[in-house]
Amino acid sequence: MKDSTGPAKEPIEGTDPAPLSDRFGAQISHGDIREVRGPLLVVGGAGGVGWDEFATIDLAGGESRHGLVLEVDRDLATLQVLESTDGMSLGGIGVRFDGRPLHVQVGTQWLGRVCNGRGEPLDGGPPVTGTATLPVSGWPLNPVYREPPQEPVLTGISVIDGLMTLVRGQKLPIFSVPGLPHLTLATQIAAQATSSGQSFRVVFAAMGLTHADIAFVRDRLEERSAEKELILLLNAADDPVIERILTPRIAPTIAEHLAYTESHDVLVVMSDMTSYAEAVREVSAARREIPARRGYPGYLYSDLATLYERCGRVKGHDGSVTIVPVLTMPAGDITHPVPDLTGYITEGQIVLAPDIAARGIYPPVDVLSSLSRLMRSGAGKGRTREDHPDVAAQVLAALARARQATELAELVGEAALSETDRSYILYRTLVEKGLFDQARDESRTLEDTLGRAWTALAALPDKELTMLPRVFLDRYLPRSGS
Amino acid sequence: MEPVAEGKDGQVVRVSGPLVEIEGVERLSMLELMTLGPQRIAAETVAIAGTKATLQAYEYTGGLKVGDVAAATGAELSSLMGPGLLGQVFDGLMRPLSSAPMWLTPARSQSTADPVVLAREWTFVPTAVPGTNVSAGDVLGTVPESGSVVHRVLVPAGVYGVLSWVAPEGKVRVLDPIAVVADHVVSLAERVPIRRARPFLARHTAAVPLHTGQRVLDLVFPLARGAAATVPGGFGTGKTMMLQQVAKWSDADVIVYVGCGERGNEMADVLDGLSQLEDARTGDRLIDRTVIIANTSNMPMMAREASIFTGITVAEYYRDMGYDVVVIADSTSRWAEALREFANRNGDLPAEEGYPANLSSELASFYERAGRVTTLGGQSASVTVIGAVSPPGGDMSEPVTTDSQRFVRSLWMLDRDLAYSRHYPAVSWTGSFARDAEELGNWHAANGQPGWAIRRARTVALLAESDRLAELAEIIGRSSLPGHEQVLLLGGRLLRDGVLMQNALSNNDGYCSLEKGAALLDLVFDVVDACQRLVERGVAVASIEEADFGPVLRAREEFGPSDDASVRARSAEVLAALEALQ
Repeated sequence: MKDSTGPAKEPIEGTDPAPLSDRFGAQISHGDIREVRGPLLVVGGAGGVGWDEFATIDLAGGESRHGLVLEVDRDLATLQVLESTDGMSLGGIGVRFDGRPLHVQVGTQWLGRVCNGRGEPLDGGPPVTGTATLPVSGWPLNPVYREPPQEPVLTGISVIDGLMTLVRGQKLPIFSVPGLPHLTLATQIAAQATSSGQSFRVVFAAMGLTHADIAFVRDRLEERSAEKELILLLNAADDPVIERILTPRIAPTIAEHLAYTESHDVLVVMSDMTSYAEAVREVSAARREIPARRGYPGYLYSDLATLYERCGRVKGHDGSVTIVPVLTMPAGDITHPVPDLTGYITEGQIVLAPDIAARGIYPPVDVLSSLSRLMRSGAGKGRTREDHPDVAAQVLAALARARQATELAELVGEAALSETDRSYILYRTLVEKGLFDQARDESRTLEDTLGRAWTALAALPDKELTMLPRVFLDRYLPRSGS
Repeated sequence: MEPVAEGKDGQVVRVSGPLVEIEGVERLSMLELMTLGPQRIAAETVAIAGTKATLQAYEYTGGLKVGDVAAATGAELSSLMGPGLLGQVFDGLMRPLSSAPMWLTPARSQSTADPVVLAREWTFVPTAVPGTNVSAGDVLGTVPESGSVVHRVLVPAGVYGVLSWVAPEGKVRVLDPIAVVADHVVSLAERVPIRRARPFLARHTAAVPLHTGQRVLDLVFPLARGAAATVPGGFGTGKTMMLQQVAKWSDADVIVYVGCGERGNEMADVLDGLSQLEDARTGDRLIDRTVIIANTSNMPMMAREASIFTGITVAEYYRDMGYDVVVIADSTSRWAEALREFANRNGDLPAEEGYPANLSSELASFYERAGRVTTLGGQSASVTVIGAVSPPGGDMSEPVTTDSQRFVRSLWMLDRDLAYSRHYPAVSWTGSFARDAEELGNWHAANGQPGWAIRRARTVALLAESDRLAELAEIIGRSSLPGHEQVLLLGGRLLRDGVLMQNALSNNDGYCSLEKGAALLDLVFDVVDACQRLVERGVAVASIEEADFGPVLRAREEFGPSDDASVRARSAEVLAALEALQ
């Protein structure tokens, strides 16, 4: 019972919770490899190794790989190898355990850097050093310390700012299908997002992107990177799969430090979470775990939650962490485990739809399936503009009605529609072309966005605008001469 | 939590996430709590074989090694309950979060007894007379708290005899003795095991409604006090929003809100919202009648499993003082996932969708702790349970959803189509049920609302009829329907948008009294009847539909939460306008 470490103190940011002796004392090389299977490596004679420890694997040729301890069972330790086990044999390997879970150095030195999925430089610069060392898995934030998110993050994209406002400290995912411009949209958000009066920083974590996509992202975000407002963590599609398990953990670890120690508003973009979940599934399958749905492990919800829940605002601190995960829904199926579990954790979703893209609208957001749950606290008087929530509600309600009118018109012909229904069809065209459609590098002010919404709503008879109070109609509704 | 017996300590031999196997322990019992490693992580015994045992750990086990010590505590998982719970936030193991640090590291598990809680002084006011005979459930004295809920200190279960001493009025701390009954010293707070239901005398069968202030629930799918309800809903169907409304406006004495594996920001929102709102009945802040148990999705998974039972034990603790308590658990699916996670790691054979075979009995053991009872002290009190279910992919045939429905009296099924058309609360009238509706109708009949059952019947019939006609209209066209059927379609729309929809963010509409609800229903019925008369008189349906029904639809938001008189006045205005139609 009398342990030398004594009662552990609350780790304060900037201090290292693990004593130095623990970190460097256990650098013994273990050579007794019992089994190699998929991404897993089983090491014998590993008594004294702790669960979830980080390990370095030295190969015969001098190459080093890395691993995490998934299980300790008597003298056996099971590791997941981040870089794949290709070329490994049972002899000639040495495993050195770190004595603690994986830590990264955090600090403002990260800003402007381009690194791989493990945080090693890709930009030709020296390894990133920092002012503090923190565990990448982070610690759960005490919910009592959370400040309810309230101020908007403006992206300059009308459909998002106007109808599903992103809020500081929120987690709002983009659901897409392969072939749609979700990466373009995510990159546009990363390039344009700002919060009023605060310094804004972006961490862009790419998992399993193609080299063409990566080149696009680097190019598009070059300006922000040069301003030292951006960190890029890039795991390419042909990079080690298991490395993807670390990327979305390193990103929020850096972000939390920038937010709560350096007082920045930080946006973390994670793309593509489906690739991440597949990596988790691969490890689970190799461990022969009982799968839940579609082969994904039963703990996928909790696993995703430990990533997404790292967003937020904290009482007594100025900064914030906002997370925008991007994921592709296989076959466009929103009930697939990855979008489904994500939707249960996140505060809303932005859904992209192929039929809207086919009509030439960018960004192709299906606004009726999309939602920002925190918009009610982040938009309106004192946050954006007094009429904002009511306008958004009216635009959506009218669009739902317009959709019915369009369907009716397909059945009976537009000529047979009532005057009111025809005005809805006109409204739909106006709102889609005037408000939703936007250039890929265009950043609109909120005034501009709301003005466009009012212009579209003006196509409807006044009696249809039931969600807008009279005072707003008088103040904002454009009156044409006719 | 010091070890009680030497020689019982064992050592860790296997760690796989929250599953820990230990060896070399003796006389261990099931559910006994152990502490593991130098950080003394709490873990519960779930299987014993010889001197080996399997434990589920309640903290992140990173760094736990083979050979680390496993120390027995001799006690089951329990929590200290006494004054000071109301208005506070606890984690799944009932450790105070309000006084915990910003980052929840395992280091916290070393301080199971919170010094802040232990040091706080309360004013004890004795009510029992020394020398008299007392038995379990009798009130020994009271402790005033910040709100109007008076904390009653009871004789613990299993204790009876002559009250030989009771503390005089004065300051005491939670572990201080306040009475001696026979040989038993009663302290202000007691340690309560969370997995065992607290005893009571008898269950009541008569149904008394719980008023939630939400029209679709109170008028159509009511819940009796002491009954259980389940709320299945896919993501985005407004589940949490609706449960928060119920937490705010239910006419219960105490609310226990269990955030089980849900969002951190939501818990912050609940805390913030309840702190700002006032309880209309007592004038207190709503937070002063609420206990929040927050085990968010990123907090350790196994404490999530315990949080549901912690919540219901707190509820029973207040029930035993004679209060009506509502437990809201959001979400039971996350709890079931924690069960599944552990069962899988333990190598148990899975039943449906990987869930363990005991899922339904575990669910039953939770929902069956609801009840309206006579307490040991002879008072009438209740625990009402409302459990949210988050079906994966919105699939209502998955095991947690289907199993839960078997153990509840009311089902409030949330519908994605309603939610997507921004109809909140999105309670489906086709998929939901209320098994006590008839009995609750009798209660209303005897308590001032004889029309309740008739209104409910007409509401259900009108909704069903208008749904059927809407389907028909899609095939043959709306204008091909006879006039009186088109009026029913209109009536369905007025009922949905003017009564069942409720704006949670509105001061007028967020809460609705029974009387205003009845008036709103009557308003719609009156309008439908008037339109039917117009059709009979030969007025064209098209011109009826062109009439402005805005005053009907806006009545719920324009008039105060209990202003039924204005709604009834509105009815007269609308009817007069309709009568003028030709």
